Amino acid sequence: MRDVAVVGFAQRQMEEFDGSPTCVELLVPLFAECYEQTGWTRRDIGFWCSGSSDYLAGRSFSFVQAVDAIGVIPPVNESHVEMDAAWALYEAWLKIQTGEVDTALVYGFGKSSAGVLRRTLALQLDPYTMTPLWPDTVSLAGLQARAGIDAGLWDERAMAEVAHRSLTDAEKNEYAIRKGGSSVEELLARPMYADPLRKHDCAPVTDGAAAMVLAAGDKAREVCDRPAWITGFSHYVDPISMGTRDLTRSPSAARAAQAAGVDGVEVAELHAPFSHQELVLRRELGLADDVAVNPSGGALAGNPMFTGGLIRLGEAARKVWEGEATKVLGHATSGPALQQNIVCTMEGRN
Amino acid sequence: MSRTLSAPVTVAFDYTRSTGPVLGRFLTGLRDQRVVGGRTSEGRVVVPPPEFDPVTHQQLDDFVEVADTGTVTSWTWVPEPVAGQPLDRPFAFALVTLDGADAPIVHALDVASPDQVRTGMRVRVRWAAERVGAITDIACFEPAEDAPTGSATELGDLGDNPVTGVITPVELDYQYAASPEESAFYRAIAEGRIIGQRCPACGKVYVPPRSACPADGTPTTDEVELSQTGTVTTFCIVNVPFLGQRITPPYVSAYVLLDGADIAFLHLILDIPAEEVRMGMRVKAVWKPREEWGTTIENISHFSPTGDPDADYDTYKHHL
Repeated sequence: MRDVAVVGFAQRQMEEFDGSPTCVELLVPLFAECYEQTGWTRRDIGFWCSGSSDYLAGRSFSFVQAVDAIGVIPPVNESHVEMDAAWALYEAWLKIQTGEVDTALVYGFGKSSAGVLRRTLALQLDPYTMTPLWPDTVSLAGLQARAGIDAGLWDERAMAEVAHRSLTDAEKNEYAIRKGGSSVEELLARPMYADPLRKHDCAPVTDGAAAMVLAAGDKAREVCDRPAWITGFSHYVDPISMGTRDLTRSPSAARAAQAAGVDGVEVAELHAPFSHQELVLRRELGLADDVAVNPSGGALAGNPMFTGGLIRLGEAARKVWEGEATKVLGHATSGPALQQNIVCTMEGRN
Repeated sequence: MSRTLSAPVTVAFDYTRSTGPVLGRFLTGLRDQRVVGGRTSEGRVVVPPPEFDPVTHQQLDDFVEVADTGTVTSWTWVPEPVAGQPLDRPFAFALVTLDGADAPIVHALDVASPDQVRTGMRVRVRWAAERVGAITDIACFEPAEDAPTGSATELGDLGDNPVTGVITPVELDYQYAASPEESAFYRAIAEGRIIGQRCPACGKVYVPPRSACPADGTPTTDEVELSQTGTVTTFCIVNVPFLGQRITPPYVSAYVLLDGADIAFLHLILDIPAEEVRMGMRVKAVWKPREEWGTTIENISHFSPTGDPDADYDTYKHHL
């Protein structure tokens, strides 16, 4: 295996992006930040990979439009996934492993506010038995939350504690769009929304984009004092059927964590768009009690579609760059109720 | 003022899918007010039946009929239903394990408030009045506290008119925004002007303007007002009628390279027989009456020949 590290990262999150759903004008300054962090130009990037969806953009081939932000004369080596850009990062990491390229820039973008996000996401479900009922994302998460409450695995207080810690930590995150915890009691006093979920249990609808730079070996050392070396990277998927899964568990997250290796992790950024999902993930990933979870505030503070996961990996990598942690974990999820999960562990070496 | 112009857009498509033997049985059953489950290799009865066994991965071929009564195993309140959901007033989505089944199905439960739902409550299928062989043949579930517990029975004959296909209409509504650069273009069009933007790096002029130069990724910041005359670089004669067509074929759709621009844009060439349109032909924008203008490219009705001599091939050969 080649040594590959995260050496650049830039992000934007906002409640409503006053711009086009192809987000070109949002991506250009993000790429500029990545070039500044590395000292590179676009010609130093060996491979480009993005995560986005036409269903969010409301137009076909939106990811092709977004390529404008790269500048493609001469032509570039480019690919795309219709998943969170964390999976685009996985593809880029594999591409570097093949030896074909040494560097990659991965990006994701999405203007969730252009449509009704929780409804649009019903299109990722079984098209025969689910989509015609338009089960929205919040409802499916609500079914999962109730299953755990009924089973005695967590309760409303435990969920409020997750939200409170996240919103409090988010006060230090300049990109967070929801922040400011008051108290667990105050959160519990707020009205139910999608019983058993209160609004603060659900990630806010967020527009945004993010970009991340990967580099192998000396290329990484040249541009970063303390690269975040990828030590494990793995993803698995559970069945899409809501009826045959134990919704209180996430076997795919557990397997991804086992494959990536979580020993020694000090900071974990978990992509949990609903408060109870953090509780599921902590258990499945087998994180020790002293692991700092989501110091950025996590997805409850801001969750742009197609980058909510990549941002978790970026926040984790930053802890390594800044010397605040030696071993970190970034997780991303996709699909209904934690169906698909990817885990990336990174470490700094002196 | 918002920096962008936006407008509502609806994207809709009727997805037509074949069902295959497993889901075909399930949907045929629903049409006939029967709920078909599949028995997996582990002996569990699952509804809807999975097409392939989760353990052996063989196609499922052991079917049973389960009751249309069952028990709620989880639920969530839906305070603000979205378009297309089974009920248009607040309701519950529930996981319901039907009597005779071992795994729950997701569907709506018609109750007036969350106080009226609890895990463990007994419910019954409310069948749709008109059934077509779709999951929506179950209109929803309704409370049935006194319903006796049913059980699975062997699946009898489903008749000789099986459901083989399903049509799922999908409609998504967006508030679609033009980019700031496109918005500037449309605002200028509303004033009878055509503007583009020049890439500060390579000097190319794009119309309509783009947020970044596609050649080198540089934001295009310099606004340029363009001429209303240009050259046909390439064109096609439209002979085929299609939905939404506004002009009777044959007519010409052409790439017009406006003088001063480096990228051609698509418009109509009229006021000349289709067979006389040619590469290099000089054309000018013909605008609709001013009172009909809006922030739309349709302010320009079409392009019309100027009557000038054709442009030299060399003047547009790099724009093909």
